[in-house]
Amino acid sequence: MNKLSVNHLLGIEHLTEEDIQLIFTVADNFKQIINRPIKKVPSLRDITIANLFFENSTRTKLSFELAEKRLSADVVNFSASNSSVKKGETLIDTVNNILAMKVDMVVMRHPTPGAHEFLSRHIDANIINAGDGTHEHPTQALLDAYTIREKHGDLAGKKVVIVGDILHSRVALSNIYCLQKLGAIVKVCGPLTLIPKHIKELGVEVEVDIKKALEWCDVANLLRIQLERQDTKFFPSIREYSLKYGITIELLNEINKEITILHPGPINRGVEISSEVADAKDSVILNQVENGVAIRMAVIYLLASSIK
Amino acid sequence: MNKEVREILNKNEFNILIARLARQICENHDDFKSSVLIGIQPRGTALAKLLKQELECLLKQEITAGVIDTTFYRDDFRRNDKPLLPSVTNLDFSIEDKKVVLVDDVLFTGRTIRAAMDALLAYGRPSSIELLVLIDRRFSRNLPIQANYIGKHIDTLSSERVDFIWDEQEAFDKVILRKNE
Repeated sequence: MNKLSVNHLLGIEHLTEEDIQLIFTVADNFKQIINRPIKKVPSLRDITIANLFFENSTRTKLSFELAEKRLSADVVNFSASNSSVKKGETLIDTVNNILAMKVDMVVMRHPTPGAHEFLSRHIDANIINAGDGTHEHPTQALLDAYTIREKHGDLAGKKVVIVGDILHSRVALSNIYCLQKLGAIVKVCGPLTLIPKHIKELGVEVEVDIKKALEWCDVANLLRIQLERQDTKFFPSIREYSLKYGITIELLNEINKEITILHPGPINRGVEISSEVADAKDSVILNQVENGVAIRMAVIYLLASSIK
Repeated sequence: MNKEVREILNKNEFNILIARLARQICENHDDFKSSVLIGIQPRGTALAKLLKQELECLLKQEITAGVIDTTFYRDDFRRNDKPLLPSVTNLDFSIEDKKVVLVDDVLFTGRTIRAAMDALLAYGRPSSIELLVLIDRRFSRNLPIQANYIGKHIDTLSSERVDFIWDEQEAFDKVILRKNE
């Protein structure tokens, strides 16, 4: 096994366990490279990559752009807010216009679930999903699992709880697929209004009591409440959510067990996580960000290998 | 199956070569205090290890040695069906102002050595780079690269392949020439 089974990274759903392990192995090498004085390799110097962001992003966009630049690819950036999308151009037209300028690979974030799948049926270039609505965010799940692997070794049998707004989170779905493919046991925890009705069909257990969830798990992945995707009220107030589900140092001390806390960012301090927990010495939240660049380099490198 | 054409080196000849090459390096590097050995992944690393042992016996001091991977610097990315997969790089010392001896098993087209030099320069600026190879396939270079220390010259066709055979204990067994089918 030394080749990905896919030509696009549309979601973790389509990857095999071998694919994920291959990405991790290559990411190990890139992590070493981004920690040395000269952080760049010339592998992709003849490849051009377009970053198309139809939805806001800071971390993911920067992370992809750094990954591309450290592989020596040429990069063009596009964000929907100041483009012809506003003038009524369709997605296929927009992307085909960009490809006509000889772009080899597309990294895209789009508010519509399935936009990447749709696009992959209509264009030639390799596509990497940087988030499609509430569906998937595969590179985030890969970097989360990679961070857990770094801290705990093999993921098989590890217990991971995903806490928060599962209903609106693409990170949650990708994480569930990824962790399960690697053999971890996954639970979700949050107010029932924020947990999708059919989540149990994915083989995931639901826990409403945060304390019980933390007592059970080795790793907790905290998600932000996505107020921008909520048009109705799912819980009475942010304060109440924070009191019931916020992770504080007091809560962790009560449990008296070592738990690795992950957070994909952006952090809402004082809501889902307190500052003491986020800034703790053994916090891996910033390791996640660093690993994000290595993982994205690995994904781009492996997909670019198939460009002829 | 690739057919064996002939044996190029046996165990005995190999040991003599390693001993000779180690002594040759010593002549050019005085006490070896500011010199380092770097094996090229994947097949130069075992040789670098053997040379390190030989030099440590000769000089009675620890020799700094590392390994470097050239994958991301190769010029045949996207020219294969499968991705080029990297191996480990292990340089836990600074190469700044060091005299580097690159070690590889076979010198053929010279492209790996070009990639290794580029990879090396990403870690710093050595004062010099030399190249040691056990087998030099003459008259087959694509690039203007020659080795400073050579175990043995051989004449081959480009359709042939030079293979190092290591036994289960990772000890050297023999070098053979095969025909690529």
